[in-house]
Amino acid sequence: MTRLDETATVIRSKNAGPFVVTFDVFLPDQVTYDAACDALTVPTLAELFGVAETEIQSFVTHDLVRAIKFSIPRRHSSGSSQDRDVYGAQQYAPLLGVELAL
Amino acid sequence: MTVSHGHLEPGAHKRKARTLGHDRTGGADEIRFLAHGMLGYGFPESTLENAVSKGIDVVAIDAGSTDIGPYYLGADVPFVSDAMVRRDLSLLIKAAAETGATVLIGSSGGSGTRAQTLRLRNIVLSLVDDANFTRPVFTIDTELDPEQVARALRSGRIETFETASDLTEDDVRGAAHIVAQMGPEPYIEALGRGAGIVIGGRAWDVSAFVAVPAMEGFDRGLAAHLGKMLECGGQAALPVEGSDLLYGRLFRDHFVVEAPNPDKRCTVHSVAAHTFYEKQDPYSLHGPGGTVDLRDATFTQLNDGKVAVSGSRWVPDRQYRLKLEGARLSGYRHVCVAGIREQRMIHQLPDVLPAIQSRLEQNLGERIKPSEYTVNFRKYGIDGVLGELEPQSVAALTDAHEVGLVIDVVADSAAIAESVCALVRSLTMHWAYPGRIATGGNLAVPFSPADFAAPPVYEFSIYHLMAVDDLSQTFDLALASTGRESEVTA
Repeated sequence: MTRLDETATVIRSKNAGPFVVTFDVFLPDQVTYDAACDALTVPTLAELFGVAETEIQSFVTHDLVRAIKFSIPRRHSSGSSQDRDVYGAQQYAPLLGVELAL
Repeated sequence: MTVSHGHLEPGAHKRKARTLGHDRTGGADEIRFLAHGMLGYGFPESTLENAVSKGIDVVAIDAGSTDIGPYYLGADVPFVSDAMVRRDLSLLIKAAAETGATVLIGSSGGSGTRAQTLRLRNIVLSLVDDANFTRPVFTIDTELDPEQVARALRSGRIETFETASDLTEDDVRGAAHIVAQMGPEPYIEALGRGAGIVIGGRAWDVSAFVAVPAMEGFDRGLAAHLGKMLECGGQAALPVEGSDLLYGRLFRDHFVVEAPNPDKRCTVHSVAAHTFYEKQDPYSLHGPGGTVDLRDATFTQLNDGKVAVSGSRWVPDRQYRLKLEGARLSGYRHVCVAGIREQRMIHQLPDVLPAIQSRLEQNLGERIKPSEYTVNFRKYGIDGVLGELEPQSVAALTDAHEVGLVIDVVADSAAIAESVCALVRSLTMHWAYPGRIATGGNLAVPFSPADFAAPPVYEFSIYHLMAVDDLSQTFDLALASTGRESEVTA
């Protein structure tokens, strides 16, 4: 088993507006891209991020770029008093340890 | 300096631009853009010189974003210092003077409020003479008065968007400032009146890229897609970093993205991947008046680190809508930052901190009620970044040898926030937890004073869509300087 962060070229998160965080994973080749698509399903992501499956929004895979993208509504809007991450830049961390069957 | 106000005229978008760029080597079928993705963050002068030597028709400058949080919109203060803005602008305005390019700025000051637009206008006016820039300067005010928005709400023209809650009159009255993200139309109006520099309030970040192409009959979809590629400046080139300029050429049926910095290059991957950045949907870009459909966009690598893109399409909306942003004051904050180096205490923080909260409430009694404040212990080294999403177990984490504790108090008044913060800090410092042997104090406080007042806390309270039928009633266009040329329509 390989960790996602041992093979992905990009794993990132960022605000898409103040109410949504958008996540991207880019893979270097077809084999790892396929394995990542198998591993990063909506039910898996929902559990990883502690949300209902319906809150995993705009789940997209892009074969040219070998990218997986999804978005999640923020619990706290950007910069509101309980927010932990105004830019949403470090919220991807739960993805790092996802295991790929490689 | 004369200032006059004009409203947008219907059909303004159909006016032709005057010839742009002294040396339009590309002729009528090419528009050359230089993009600065974050005004004030700097760029190497060599990159700019390179772009000037290629020729520039439009300098498109993005001065803001909602990424920076609600503070700048709520408090109406600029995001970047004047000194940093002046450095970037003086170079860019000089380049525009040399090349004959038009300068289009959006989201002045970061939030794009009226005051920030005027502040940026003043900076621009102080730079034009030294830069030898002789053409007229216009401003576009995109801050909305609450009554405008309230009227729209009452007549059913407000749509709920990503806040998932309907706009109320309280939201409108309670916002410190409300702005609308303008599309290209106000820039087109200003250009039609002879503008050489346009300083815009809050704008859709590709509006500055669509304006001239729209006037000259180019494809809006391609222009908007080019704008999206260029508006983050250096991010679509390799190696990825924010603070650099990007250059693009728009043709009738495709556009080319290039990194004017000779140490950087654009690849199909870097450019295509950039469509994913900061957006939910990589295939559609929504903006005022319509959507850019990227489903059929094709990316081709050219020589010399350039990428050609075609196939992007503009799909107009039946109803023109503007995105509104508003921020309201939500509280006053007082903060203490301190280190904990005692593992015995770190182990027990899950019990200690709630106990401190209880003791705090007891000590405050009726003087300050729990509803008047919140205490947030942010524990860096444990779960400060992810909170309850932290996948590592509490047991694993409270093994840390050191924790950076931020005591974050937000309250109904600055005085309450200060009092509560001091009490919490004191309780935490002296707390007797089981097994404690470090009876001198539990916190390594780095500063005197230990606690400081943070700026007031705002939150985005308005993020809704407003249907508009007559843009001329929405935004204010003003002439800031006639420059030293006389072809101005006031």
